[in-house]
Amino acid sequence: MSDMLVLIEPQIPALRRYARGLTRDRAAADDLVQDCLERAISRWHQRRQDSSTRAWLFSILHNLAMGELRRTQDARQLAIEDAEESSLARPGEQPARLEHRDLLRGLEQLSEAHRSVLLLVGVEDLSYAETAHVLEVPIGTVMSRLSRAREKLAQLMEGGAVQEDPVQGDAVRGPVRESHLRRIK
Amino acid sequence: MMSRPISEDDLQAYVDEVLESARRAEVVEYLSSHPEEARRIERYRDQRAALRAALAPIAEEPLPAELNLARMIKARGRRPRMEWTRWAAAAAVLLSIGAATGWSVRGATQRVSRGIPALASEGMDSYQVYASDRVRPVEMGESDRAGLIQWASARLGRPVSVPDLSASGYRFMGGRLVATSHGPAMLFMYDDPQGSRLVLFTREMDADRNTSMSRHSRDGLEGFAWSSQGIGYSLVGPPSSQLHPLADEVRRQMGRSL
Repeated sequence: MSDMLVLIEPQIPALRRYARGLTRDRAAADDLVQDCLERAISRWHQRRQDSSTRAWLFSILHNLAMGELRRTQDARQLAIEDAEESSLARPGEQPARLEHRDLLRGLEQLSEAHRSVLLLVGVEDLSYAETAHVLEVPIGTVMSRLSRAREKLAQLMEGGAVQEDPVQGDAVRGPVRESHLRRIK
Repeated sequence: MMSRPISEDDLQAYVDEVLESARRAEVVEYLSSHPEEARRIERYRDQRAALRAALAPIAEEPLPAELNLARMIKARGRRPRMEWTRWAAAAAVLLSIGAATGWSVRGATQRVSRGIPALASEGMDSYQVYASDRVRPVEMGESDRAGLIQWASARLGRPVSVPDLSASGYRFMGGRLVATSHGPAMLFMYDDPQGSRLVLFTREMDADRNTSMSRHSRDGLEGFAWSSQGIGYSLVGPPSSQLHPLADEVRRQMGRSL
């Protein structure tokens, strides 16, 4: 029990940050983290000993977040157009520095696939291999997504028009789905 | 010596500062002679730093009360009893329905609750619920026997082994965790080529911690239960002359593994 506490607890702030970066909504993000922790507690003995606790937790969280985002897809499209203030900022808090706010709004406009790779690699410091594991794609896909996501965000920041191709537009969609199914058991 | 050509992957890894130093030096050299690429990569580096800075405050917020992990773990420890109560309530309903077909509700509620009789009774309950399940009789199948053993050992808090009954014509199907009022129990299921199923039920004993084997029967089922060094076992199946020798075989194998 105590190893569970010691290994999981330090990761909670980063899990919250990732969830917030993905969903843009504080309450929804914390709900996701709570679900993630519940699941982690109940599956603690099922995790693979050779994978890091950190990557394992992000993997659970990412799957939950994707399910949630898929459910609320339509609402989300509306929210992007309506959102005046970035919901990444805490209400009542001193507004983030201007360029930060613009950057976060740019992030919101990226596809989930691009957002998640930027966050996992660039902010959460997961290795490319761990990121591939969390996103359930080959490592080559992680690299190409990362390159495209950075370019798109850069273009958005310069006010350039960006063609956002659908998430599924990746060149490589490997057969990695299977490994996920095995792990869930 | 010619160095390997610089790839986009190298450039991204340079942005993320994960290149080993020799390769990093090559990338730096490449960028110094390719100003346009250098500008692009510099933008990515700035972007990465800005994104980290913009999101950093979230990770510094105090954790909300509902994300108190210690409390969540504690709450979870209480849950199996709750689930057991709910299951028992459902079972009581089923039993009252069953009363019409010959089951006795009074008998059920007065059922013994400790020692070998309790164990034997739980083994039979589990057989009735799970052996009749054609869709998902076990939680983990025999294909992941090692994972199952690891899980069972973790949940029961002691090394658990799975007896091999293949010499008697019974194939191991897999197992599942079962909630009892005496804590977690493990159920292992076997079947023979005709599809006839056996259940081996095991958990820690609160009473009757070392007993010889005894025979039980109920509702058209037969079972043999015993305990050894605080661990109880109950082998349950349809009545058959094979059941007693099988129970002896299980006891022999479990004794050896201790």
